[in-house]
Amino acid sequence: MSTTLLFIQTLNGLQFGILLFLVAAGLTLVFGVMDFINLAHGVQYMVGAYLAAHFTAMTGSFFAGLALALPSALAIGLVLELLVFRHLYDRDHLDQVLATFGVILFLNEAVRVVWGSAPLSVPVPEMLSGSVRVMDGLLYPVYRLAIIGSGLAVAALLYVLVNHTRLGMLVRAGASDAPMVAALGVNIRRLFTVVFGFGAMLAGFAGAMVAPILSVEPGMGDNLLILTFVVLVIGGIGSVRGAFVAALLVGVVDTVGRSFGPDLLKLMMPPSAASQTGRAVAPMLIYILMAAVLYFRPAGLFPAKA
Amino acid sequence: MIASRFPYVAAIAFAALALLPLGAMLSGDGFLLSIGTRVMIFAIAAISLDLILGYGAMVSFGHAAFIGIGAYAVGILSAHGVTDLFAHLAAALAAAALFALATGAVSLRTKGVYFIMITLAFGQMIYFLAVSLAAYGGDDGLTLPGRSTLLGSSVLKSPQAFYYLTLMALAAVYLLCRAIVGSRFGRVLQGTRQNAVRMQAIGFEPFRYQIVAYVIAGMLGSVAGVLLANQAEFVSPAYMSWQRSGELIFMTVLGGIGTLTGPLIGAAAYLLLEEVLSHVTEHWKILFGPFLILVVLFARGGIAGLLKGRGL
Repeated sequence: MSTTLLFIQTLNGLQFGILLFLVAAGLTLVFGVMDFINLAHGVQYMVGAYLAAHFTAMTGSFFAGLALALPSALAIGLVLELLVFRHLYDRDHLDQVLATFGVILFLNEAVRVVWGSAPLSVPVPEMLSGSVRVMDGLLYPVYRLAIIGSGLAVAALLYVLVNHTRLGMLVRAGASDAPMVAALGVNIRRLFTVVFGFGAMLAGFAGAMVAPILSVEPGMGDNLLILTFVVLVIGGIGSVRGAFVAALLVGVVDTVGRSFGPDLLKLMMPPSAASQTGRAVAPMLIYILMAAVLYFRPAGLFPAKA
Repeated sequence: MIASRFPYVAAIAFAALALLPLGAMLSGDGFLLSIGTRVMIFAIAAISLDLILGYGAMVSFGHAAFIGIGAYAVGILSAHGVTDLFAHLAAALAAAALFALATGAVSLRTKGVYFIMITLAFGQMIYFLAVSLAAYGGDDGLTLPGRSTLLGSSVLKSPQAFYYLTLMALAAVYLLCRAIVGSRFGRVLQGTRQNAVRMQAIGFEPFRYQIVAYVIAGMLGSVAGVLLANQAEFVSPAYMSWQRSGELIFMTVLGGIGTLTGPLIGAAAYLLLEEVLSHVTEHWKILFGPFLILVVLFARGGIAGLLKGRGL
């Protein structure tokens, strides 16, 4: 029984990790190329979820909703870049943090005004509903597998884009030494706008994909944003590969730790104390992991800068 | 120079704060006293943040954690029947110092964006710890049996007495930070802000100065937490949510970083603005967000910068 549960929780952890990766990928590129800290990336994820909910209700089909939500998320990202972020690239991190914090306050409240405070729910698309037998006596929802699959597909696409195209080469070069790339005649601002828009769309995609399994509500991006930061710090800012490894690590450690932490502690202490301590320590695990990684590798597992 | 001129502004601010209860008594408006106390509590937190943000260039996005630690020191001790203010303060200062030392030692190994994200993550860690403390209210928070007692007497129940206690704490924190900034230690700290490599070259180890400043700021921040828990007679994880940390940074920047007086004015401006806007519309944050962005983009140096520009 315990191995089945462990397997399920590991799958859940992977699914969560994939989600974190989709949000972290855009963020890490934006950091890497422009040294720009964007707290508002989490609300992009929330906006994606709201747009998916809205368009799904409008069209009656999740896939049509997704198809409409993605370009809308991209458009909102680009508008924000034009109105706010563009003016912050030359500022210090403190200004960037504050102004993007203002964007969070605004967007969290704006979705409340437009869609109300009550959580929205999105039905799981017919085609992907139900469960599938993964192994003996183990059923797993198809939709969660679909999230894992589409996330892996995006990761593969990103890998090809970043490692095997001219654009990707520029992005990698930008992450390791942006002034040098600019000196070689590349319009780094335009490159950045492309990267930024792409990142905003990825975050929106992540939001849209989880809309059917989570409740869509204001502030849903905030906690995810902080987990994304943990991912970036562990993986190394600017590295997509680092973000991928760290996202899966964080996803699995968090999910498995929460469900098995108390059980593991029972081996060492009385049951009631173990479940109390387990519940208190489990949410802290990923931060402890982060501290440990930082202690040994202050620039993360895969640092992008030379 | 702003540093020599600003104590006058501070003296005016403190005089106004000292006279506020009189105004509240004359107008019969008890609310004035409560918002005044709240402003001073957040001013303590903002001033302590300014010590590391303005003078040490450490952009800590987890400063609300220390407010939470102070508040929970009061909450947990009160729940076990210890109600003495000095016991609360001692526990808060010790816990804050420990937390600051542990997280600071890891965070200060990094710089820039990493530092911001790590302090944010550690703040979130302690937030989730508070949420999971089922014995002390968990997510819902913990109602205190009453305010802290001072040498066995419950004098702090009186809003006036509590107001003046807060004012004394604020004055003590302000003067202490002034003294620190003006000391040799403070000058080394400002040197590391401007150029850590040069400071190292002339024989100072930046890390040591930074971590001591980080611990001091955390301890002073926990004082605000002790007071906040007492004012509300309630403790909740919401005190240390990361939005709170963002608000503290904004108060500091709005008033003017690296001035110590600025954060005091910034805290007052922020809380009054919040008060006014929330009366205009329940969706006040939709106005507040853009305001924050405009302040960052156009009002560099904050209110202190504006005053300085007018020769004040």
